[in-house]
Amino acid sequence: MPADTPVISCKNVWKIFGPDPKGFLKSMPAGMTFDEIRAAGYIAGVKDVSIDVHKGEMLVIMGLSGSGKSTLVRCFSRLHDITGGTISVEGQDIMSLAEKDLIELRRSKMGMVFQSFGLLPHRSVLENIAFPLEMRGQDKHTRRERALEVVKLVGLEGREDYFPRELSGGQQQRVGIARSLAIEPDIWFLDEPFSALDPLIRKEMQNEFLRLQKLLNKTIVFITHDFDEALRLADRIAIMKDGAVEQCDTPDRIVQHPATDYVRKFTEDVDKARVVHAGVLALANETGEGTPVDASATVHDMARMLVNDARDMIPVMQNEIIIGAMPRKDALDILLGSET
Amino acid sequence: MSAEATTLPTERRSFRNGQNAAALVGIAIVLTALQYSGLLPGWLHRLPEAVIPNFAQWLDAAFTFIKDDLGLLALTRFLTEGLEWLLDVSGNLFFGKRRFPNLGPIPWTALAAVIAVIGYYLGGWKLALLGGGTMVWTALIGQWKITMQTVSVLAIAAPLAFVIGLSLGIAAWKYAWVDRVVKPVLSVLQTLPFFTYLLPAVIFFKVGPTAGAVATTIYAIPPMILMTSLGLKKVSPEVVEAGKMSGCTRFQMLRHVYIPSARTEILVGVNQVIMLCLAMVVLTAFIGMPGLGAKLLAMMGSFKLGRSFEIGVTIVLLAVMLDRMSKAWVVKQPEHFERGTPFWRRHQMLIVGASLFGGLTLISMVVPLFAEIGRGQDFSQGKELDTLIKAFLNIEWVKATTGFLRAFLNVQVLIPFRNFMLSIPTPAFILLVAAFAAALAGRREAIYAVVFFSFVALSGWWDRAIITLYSVVSAVTLAALIGLPIGIIAARKEKWATRILLVCDTAQTFPSFVYLIPAIMLFGITDVAVIFSILIFAMVPLIRYTIEGLRSVPEEMTEASDMAGATRIQKLWNVQLPLALPTMAVGFNQAIMFAFFMVIIAAFIGTQDLGQELQRTLAGTDLGKNFVLGICVSLMALTFDMTIMKWAHNKKRLLGLA
Repeated sequence: MPADTPVISCKNVWKIFGPDPKGFLKSMPAGMTFDEIRAAGYIAGVKDVSIDVHKGEMLVIMGLSGSGKSTLVRCFSRLHDITGGTISVEGQDIMSLAEKDLIELRRSKMGMVFQSFGLLPHRSVLENIAFPLEMRGQDKHTRRERALEVVKLVGLEGREDYFPRELSGGQQQRVGIARSLAIEPDIWFLDEPFSALDPLIRKEMQNEFLRLQKLLNKTIVFITHDFDEALRLADRIAIMKDGAVEQCDTPDRIVQHPATDYVRKFTEDVDKARVVHAGVLALANETGEGTPVDASATVHDMARMLVNDARDMIPVMQNEIIIGAMPRKDALDILLGSET
Repeated sequence: MSAEATTLPTERRSFRNGQNAAALVGIAIVLTALQYSGLLPGWLHRLPEAVIPNFAQWLDAAFTFIKDDLGLLALTRFLTEGLEWLLDVSGNLFFGKRRFPNLGPIPWTALAAVIAVIGYYLGGWKLALLGGGTMVWTALIGQWKITMQTVSVLAIAAPLAFVIGLSLGIAAWKYAWVDRVVKPVLSVLQTLPFFTYLLPAVIFFKVGPTAGAVATTIYAIPPMILMTSLGLKKVSPEVVEAGKMSGCTRFQMLRHVYIPSARTEILVGVNQVIMLCLAMVVLTAFIGMPGLGAKLLAMMGSFKLGRSFEIGVTIVLLAVMLDRMSKAWVVKQPEHFERGTPFWRRHQMLIVGASLFGGLTLISMVVPLFAEIGRGQDFSQGKELDTLIKAFLNIEWVKATTGFLRAFLNVQVLIPFRNFMLSIPTPAFILLVAAFAAALAGRREAIYAVVFFSFVALSGWWDRAIITLYSVVSAVTLAALIGLPIGIIAARKEKWATRILLVCDTAQTFPSFVYLIPAIMLFGITDVAVIFSILIFAMVPLIRYTIEGLRSVPEEMTEASDMAGATRIQKLWNVQLPLALPTMAVGFNQAIMFAFFMVIIAAFIGTQDLGQELQRTLAGTDLGKNFVLGICVSLMALTFDMTIMKWAHNKKRLLGLA
């Protein structure tokens, strides 16, 4: 999965709000906490964040409101200008781009979905979806063709001529998703796309989203405040607090080895058996014997087998190749809680 | 004043304000007492002529410099050419002025049909009836041509004001410095009496329709600027970000994201532009603009009440029609058509309108009655109405009532009050106004009050300014005595509240000029008629904001007071009125502003205030004097505006309503 150069790479990124952010960052003593910065009259939206997003990966940034997750994703697309550090997209420092090049980058490579949809109220569904295409000057015919394609992709056929206010929340967000996909972006930003929807619709939209991702295989930065949603969707999760990243890792490792007390608070109530996969438990230098299990199976999926099977070591297979074996006891510990 | 202040510092400050105010009032009383006992030296009673600087002459010199030496006149005369051309075109189309393109006039039937179709498109049958009906009335009553003269200027001035206001609004939103420059200019412009717009317009843009159009345009620009920048500021940040992420350039952002998203506010601005244009275009009669206003002025001048009444009805119908239609446009949302709807169905209205227009134009070529209703063919009942009204006024009890009111108000109330106000020494008066500002708002406002009123004193028009103020104060007081109870009673029942609000909303769209008609009808050309016309004009916002203030009291508070066993009166005094007061203050403020506006118009009836002097300047080229007078009125109005709005704002914050 990880390619050589990350698609988005940010190093020591700072975003400070206040009267003179640049000057403050320069004069600021190292190691100031969020509250100390606030006492000085500044807000650290993003605080010394270094993170890479790889090609085809889905990075979920999770945090409570005010943790800086939305600010960070806006730095990636330079909706916010960062105060310090560097962000490069496909190897190019985006802070050095001229306005024209920035617009070009957004027109060709990036798509974004917003929490409250951000639809233009005076345009119909089709016109909203075709909007980015119109902005980059495509002719009426091609942009209509393409918009109709995306409408079909998100399942809104028959609603092309409706106006946003005539649609339900879920349908409006489908329009938002369709619009962000119209230009076939390589990088897809989603800022709490399902938070404004009620729980049943949210679940449906998550499934829909996973289906789309399987189809399109984009590089994705997904923002959420919902830890379960993060676990469900992510390849990797970055947990943010007060503008800083507390931990950035795969869901399995986060639930198994939370790095800080703050992260532990989230993982405590999570059913680990539904998160941890066989592939993570496998020890590479073991082989085991008998029928192998698939690396992508969760402990929960294997529950019945784990209880009934007598083997100590169970082989784990990924893409038809045995990658090792997992100790049955480790899996049972996760399923039932370890004996202490 | 704000005794129930919650936080300590505020409490202390309001206490200090109260003390300051009391001290100022004390000095004023001493000065006045001295004056009455004849001990006050004359120069303290009124500024001696010798000290009064000749602002008018200085301003005249400055204007002459700008006008001639800087070549502004050449520029405006150049602009005049363009504007004149536009006005000629619309004049030709609407009432057949013999100019390019020589197509007009549009037959009245065709125009009425088009307006009815537009009305139907915007708001269904009711608006179609209102629009078409207004046009038919106008034609049948024999006022088509004068109405079209007014409309032809409106059709140029309103779009012009829209474009200029929109551009300035965008600039004020985009650049902070434009905003800083524009804001104070706007607040002065909004209090400047309209006579002050008229004279410069005449001098720089020639008498007649051109100057009328210019004054109208300038008068209507401010709300457009405000609404535009307000709307643009309110666009949701996510929509803005969505636009940026779609790769919009700056221009594309403005054109495709900001302006369409601010549609509602911009259209509200359009509504206000249209209404202000109409109000002003009627008033441009004072500088010789032909049309409804000029006719009304002439009819009222010769006391032809029947015709005045008919013209008043036309103006009111026109106002209501324009207001309702533009408001319907504000709330009109785009609707989608099902796939495969044929072209003619999508553009049904356009096709119906166009074919009606074409058809009726063709018919009117054959049947002249469809093109124009000639003299003697109309249904005007001017003479009959005139005799009717005059007969009514001559009925014994009507005559007795109006006569009594006139005599009583004049002799017992108005004249003594006026004489009292005139007797107060100038410095004492300024101190009283400062005390008022200090008590209600604070030290800053008090200082402004002193500065503003000192300028009025220095301008040399003190006595006339006081008479202006006296008309405003007595009319607003009377309006409050009548309007507040009406508002309070109406607010008790939802049904009545909505009805009265509708009446107020409608009345507010009438051009101020028509308020003179009933005043003159009842009281003839007297001081009481002036007060009466201001009174009804100022009562409208008072009633409106009283009802709205009372209605906006949160329900749980009235429920709580009900559960506490309050009687209706207790509830009103202890809960509803205190909470509604800030909103009511806004109404009070508007009433005062309206009164300042009306008192100037009422000068037409014949008063001895600033308005009359202002009106006199229109006849000549006294630009300097015109400005000094205008600024005097503006400064007095600004003092009240600032003080009351500040008080309402403070009060709202204390009550946690803002």
